[in-house]
Amino acid sequence: MRMLSALVMAFAIATPALAETVLIRDGRVVTNGAAGIIENGDVLIVDGRISAVGANIAAPRGARVVEARGAFVTPGAFAAMSELGLSEISGSGAPNDADMDSDLVAAAADSSAAFNPTVTAVAVTRLEGVTRAAIAPSSTSSMFGGRGALVSLGGEPDSVFRSNAFMIVELGETGANRVGGSRAAVWPAFEAALRDAREYPSRYRSGQGGAVLNEIDAQALQPFARGQGLFLVHAESAADIRRIIRYQRANPSLRFAIHGAAEAWQVADELAAARIPVIIDPLSNLPDRFERLSARLDNAALLHAAGVTIAIAPAPGTVDAHQARLALQLAGNAVANGLPWNAAFAAISRTPAEIFGVGGQLGRLERNYLADVVIWDGDPLQVTSAPTAVFIDGVEQPLVSRQTRLRDRYNPTRNR
Amino acid sequence: MRLRAHPFIALAAGLGLAACATTPASDTQTQTATPFASTYRPAPSVPTLIRGATVFDGEGGEFANADVLMQDGRISAVGANLAAPEGAAIIDGAGRFVTPGIIDAHSHLGVYPSPSINATSDGNEMTQPNTAEVWAEHSVWPQDPGFLRAVAGGITTLHILPGSGNLFGGRGVTLRPVLEAVTVQEMKFPGAPQSLKMACGENPARVYGGRNTSPATGMGNVAVYRQAWANAQRYARRLERAENGEGDPPDRDLELETMAGVLNGDIRLQWHCYRADEMANAIEISHEFGFEIAAFHHAVESYKIADLLREEGICSAMWADWWGFKIEAYDGIRENIPFVHEAGACAIVHSDSEVGIQRLNQEAAKAMADGNRAGLDITRAEAWTWLSRNPARALGIEEETGTLTPGRRADVVVWSGDPLSSYAVAERVYMDGALIYERGADRDPPSDFELGQTYTERAQ
Repeated sequence: MRMLSALVMAFAIATPALAETVLIRDGRVVTNGAAGIIENGDVLIVDGRISAVGANIAAPRGARVVEARGAFVTPGAFAAMSELGLSEISGSGAPNDADMDSDLVAAAADSSAAFNPTVTAVAVTRLEGVTRAAIAPSSTSSMFGGRGALVSLGGEPDSVFRSNAFMIVELGETGANRVGGSRAAVWPAFEAALRDAREYPSRYRSGQGGAVLNEIDAQALQPFARGQGLFLVHAESAADIRRIIRYQRANPSLRFAIHGAAEAWQVADELAAARIPVIIDPLSNLPDRFERLSARLDNAALLHAAGVTIAIAPAPGTVDAHQARLALQLAGNAVANGLPWNAAFAAISRTPAEIFGVGGQLGRLERNYLADVVIWDGDPLQVTSAPTAVFIDGVEQPLVSRQTRLRDRYNPTRNR
Repeated sequence: MRLRAHPFIALAAGLGLAACATTPASDTQTQTATPFASTYRPAPSVPTLIRGATVFDGEGGEFANADVLMQDGRISAVGANLAAPEGAAIIDGAGRFVTPGIIDAHSHLGVYPSPSINATSDGNEMTQPNTAEVWAEHSVWPQDPGFLRAVAGGITTLHILPGSGNLFGGRGVTLRPVLEAVTVQEMKFPGAPQSLKMACGENPARVYGGRNTSPATGMGNVAVYRQAWANAQRYARRLERAENGEGDPPDRDLELETMAGVLNGDIRLQWHCYRADEMANAIEISHEFGFEIAAFHHAVESYKIADLLREEGICSAMWADWWGFKIEAYDGIRENIPFVHEAGACAIVHSDSEVGIQRLNQEAAKAMADGNRAGLDITRAEAWTWLSRNPARALGIEEETGTLTPGRRADVVVWSGDPLSSYAVAERVYMDGALIYERGADRDPPSDFELGQTYTERAQ
């Protein structure tokens, strides 16, 4: 399969030259897999990958040994939705690749072409234990937000490890606004766009053109319209979510995940049956929009109990370029409101990787997984905790950012 | 500390500004009613004894296995083995933490309520750079469902400010989250001074520069501030002369009335300002015209001038970790709050957010932990001063609330565990000794907006 081979190649490219052999010893190892949490566990990293996880692993010759002394050792966090790397400053008229308000390019917008691994937010976010992110800009003109990318936070030039990873689609209140103001127009517009995409390039070469899409958007949308990619849908209300479930049932080859989903708790069983994952914000509990009047803090717990696959990220409209690190706080708040800890941690690490199709490589501490590993000074879902070491692809990252440099310059203890 | 005001603008203490300024000379002696006065009444309460909890007193003290007694709406005692008065409600504090209620010095609840639509966006009168005449309380919608969520996060007092689009945004108001209130007057904290919201920096320059009107720049901001304060000084001087029988009072001017209130100390200045250099300029202006700045809000760079802020006695109301959303927030660091605290200046954790206000305890926890990782030694009880005592000071209500000192209003939260944590939740919230929130209690939504909605009906 073409996408798979592209993926394998991307990972091959990303294999770091400087990866060392590291044995992390005696940690509280959160595997995110069948082994669960291993107390007094070891993690062996060789050539950028996890080589072994378990108890009493012998250090290979030349291995560097890191004593965890009982600390949490986890997979790196995966920001399930972010604008990270798309701007240095969001406002102030600064260049901002996260904002798109032209209709020249919509579905074809390619996040991977805009990602900049050197923006300061990458290091700021990385030293909080986030090692991967799904990124997409926010469009203000079309119901299609463009193609998302998956990135590493290693700061290397080849940080994009998958482009065309998902297609953002607005199918709620925002979607209605993009097609003239009414939901009555949303689904006809969406279905027409899918037809245009499936019939690319013939209808464009024939001169007929698209019903709703220009040629470049039709080309970009085509794999998604043929079921070869994930539609990441913004929708909040129970009614909108039901429409998506119905549509998916009628078009089983298409793949959907729903971002937002504040009212998903009302349709939890249907979502579970349809196997549609959701990306939710555990802080979303205000009737701030009419499409999320029934938002509540235990949305995550209720969905999990019903068997829905959940990931955790800020809600649509609050996704930004600077605070992807708060995913851990969001997950902690889900725990405070009834979500089991293991599910909450998975929702910011393993589940995003699975939703975006890289769950075989990322999100677990298991043999042959990419060695994104974080050692913490406390419970990673506690706001008071922070990493003491962050590995990406087996390479230990400096815990330094522009913010820590400012901190050190102005630290009142520096001259004591 | 510098002198507060020029002598010629000092007005008689206790006489409300509005009364001085509004009435014909012949009525001055009889007109004392203040418009829009508070009609707040504490909810009924019984004596309540919380036994055997970990207590943060709001002054920086932590007491293990301590009791807190509330009587007649006030803190009666904090100590060991307190006797329960007859008829007292006894609350088991084992494993629980008790703190003063959280005070948010910067909120827009009610003026930017939920649901957020054009018609409810009532917080920013962006029609001219000086709208000192508007009062945020006149935009507050008491039915905002955000008030209930804030109380569930341990909020017992909050200061509602106008937005920051203008140099002078208008008057702010200190409210009690009275969930059953139909009028904003029922929510007004009795006796709390109003504030004037000012704004530095990008926002006003963007709004008015974008219209090709002044101010368009940082220097334009300062010029308009200074001219406005000069006008306010003249107005205040004429008021004072009239008070002394030297001529007629000036025609009433609501904009200058607010600013004269700042000059005479009746109205406290809350100044939105991110950058250290702009805060220093603001301090210069306060010296030039003789007024006090209660707090800089957002104050993302306070850590760069923490000593100056201590010397000036100016509080900083800050986020724990917001940064980068505009260039004036670019130098935000996670240690801003603890570095300001360490310098001996007044540090406040504020929200400016209908989401953040629900868990300011977590923001304090982050700031404490980051400060300690940077080498400081801040206890959790000290961190709590950022949430209650210090904001009370900035709002001018420190004699009434903010600590568990006997005699203060009994604004108290019982937490399920250590509140400097992601996992603790507020189980019980008391305001003036009355239980206003109990987690898990089955009751109708207090907001009329939420009553009868499909989801709230179903939930019952």
